[in-house]
Amino acid sequence: MASAVTIPPTARPKGRASFLSRVFSGDSMAQALALSCATLILVITALLVGELWVHSALAREKFGLRFLITSVWNPVTGEFGALPFIYGTVVTSVLALLLAVPFGVGAAIFLAELAPPKLSDAMTFLIELLAAVPSVIIGLIGILVLVPMLLIVVPPIKDAFGDHPPFFFSGPFYGPSLLAAGFVLAVMIAPFIISVSREVLLAVPRDMREAALALGATRWETTWQVVVPFARRGVLGSVFLALARALGETMAVTMVVGNTPKIATSLLSQGYSMASVIANEFSEAIGNLYPSALIEVGLALFGLTIVLNALARLLIVATSGQEAK
Amino acid sequence: MKLSFRRKAVNAVMLALTGVCTVLAVGMLFFILGYLFVEGGFSLNWNFFTKLPVPVGEVGGGMANAVIGSAKVLLLATCLGVPVGFLAGIYLAEYAGGAFANTIRFVTDLLNGVPSIVIGIFVYTVLVAKEGFSTYSGGVALGIMMIPIALRSTEEFLKTVPVPLREGAMALGATKSRTIATVVVPAAIRGLISGMMLNLARVSGETAPLLFTAFGNQFWSPGWKQPTATLPVMIFNYAIAPYPDWHRQAYAAGFVLLTFVLMINIAARSIVASGFAHKTR
Repeated sequence: MASAVTIPPTARPKGRASFLSRVFSGDSMAQALALSCATLILVITALLVGELWVHSALAREKFGLRFLITSVWNPVTGEFGALPFIYGTVVTSVLALLLAVPFGVGAAIFLAELAPPKLSDAMTFLIELLAAVPSVIIGLIGILVLVPMLLIVVPPIKDAFGDHPPFFFSGPFYGPSLLAAGFVLAVMIAPFIISVSREVLLAVPRDMREAALALGATRWETTWQVVVPFARRGVLGSVFLALARALGETMAVTMVVGNTPKIATSLLSQGYSMASVIANEFSEAIGNLYPSALIEVGLALFGLTIVLNALARLLIVATSGQEAK
Repeated sequence: MKLSFRRKAVNAVMLALTGVCTVLAVGMLFFILGYLFVEGGFSLNWNFFTKLPVPVGEVGGGMANAVIGSAKVLLLATCLGVPVGFLAGIYLAEYAGGAFANTIRFVTDLLNGVPSIVIGIFVYTVLVAKEGFSTYSGGVALGIMMIPIALRSTEEFLKTVPVPLREGAMALGATKSRTIATVVVPAAIRGLISGMMLNLARVSGETAPLLFTAFGNQFWSPGWKQPTATLPVMIFNYAIAPYPDWHRQAYAAGFVLLTFVLMINIAARSIVASGFAHKTR
């Protein structure tokens, strides 16, 4: 047993202690402060879930699970069913993904595989700026520029289909619509898909590319058959993150979706989304049941985004674990 | 071995398509910026920063109260959200480990994923339901939104500080907290500042949480207990109204807000870029 050498505690340097050292002289106090801030995050989140749960109790008890599958939303008679909003949220988000994913993954491939590093960095910088544009500004452009533009572009396309347009392109078109909301959401989520997918693609080991090229594959074949499959889980993760963002997006959608609680198969029809109904009606909701129903919509939205976020993170973590070795 | 014509063609076409995608994405940014800058720039005048909004039908007026209101709400949000996130980030990077740290990380990600409108409902039920719409409740709502990002960026930037720096400080007899305050944080300061700036830029455009907290106001809002106008909410209300003069004002407000957000973004990114070049090479 080696004899322990006792080291005398270091004397603290004398002299004028700076302000910081006086504040932080209690080492354990500093740690306690940091710990309490970390704990505060747990408290806030728990409180948030608790508040949503408690304040939606009235609606949950009255309607039960029926709330999610009935489509009558009538504050006057006190009947609330959230299906039109869930439908609108899902349709606009899926439409946004259909528009943004091919386009976003394409751009990510260009930035990660083809563009010279300097150009790639500059383009990525610009695309990240696009992600920073506030949603209310995207909505502003949406309602004042995109909607008038759609009003010019859509009728000729509709006419081209003749008397029997496909189900997703039928009915009258007034401008604000599920279609416009899908476009606006696509603009908002594309930058996310591009920058996250680019990171994931860049993390694919060089050897993979070199091996494929050495076997005689073209640049595109290397990318599409080797690099993209290798990174697919991360790319999928970026799509899920984008979807979670699209579901929770409020302002831009509220401004162009038409805000009419109905379920229509046509994309030209007006619709509503979960976040928009809260934004439009919550501050005017009177009585007990009406706000409670809106909070339950919020709770459902919260649950949906949590699940998607968790899924996305698992996918991205799984992929980055894979490229580490 | 010669490549078949088909493979060459597919290669060229697909690669060109990816380039087109990128150009479209960047083009979209320039379209939004360009349109807003042209429309907003022509609509913007000195009245915007000095006058109150005028009732429907009257032409002119400004959004001075919304500019001040946004500044107040953002100031409060920064004072609440940044210290909490920063200290919690220090805790995760320097003190914690194991299950508790992972729980905090997980919950932070959860909080970060909460739709902003839901944060609005939360603050409404906790603060507004009892005391009415107010400037401070808007600040609290945005402050909560700032915490997760402040935490994540603090943790990430502190982790880039090499361990030997900490060991050096502690070998000289500094306590752990002193090491953090005088060695670790200063070493990462550029990253930390840019992280907080990006955080501020992100919440400054948030509208949904303000709808039922700060609400809106056609007049000045002295103190913290009254509802206040804010730029994002004004843009929303003015854009959906049917009056061309209000649209003009909405463009002007959008111009001001977007300029603010993009300038912070560019400044933050250039700070961190110069910082890394200086540190790692």
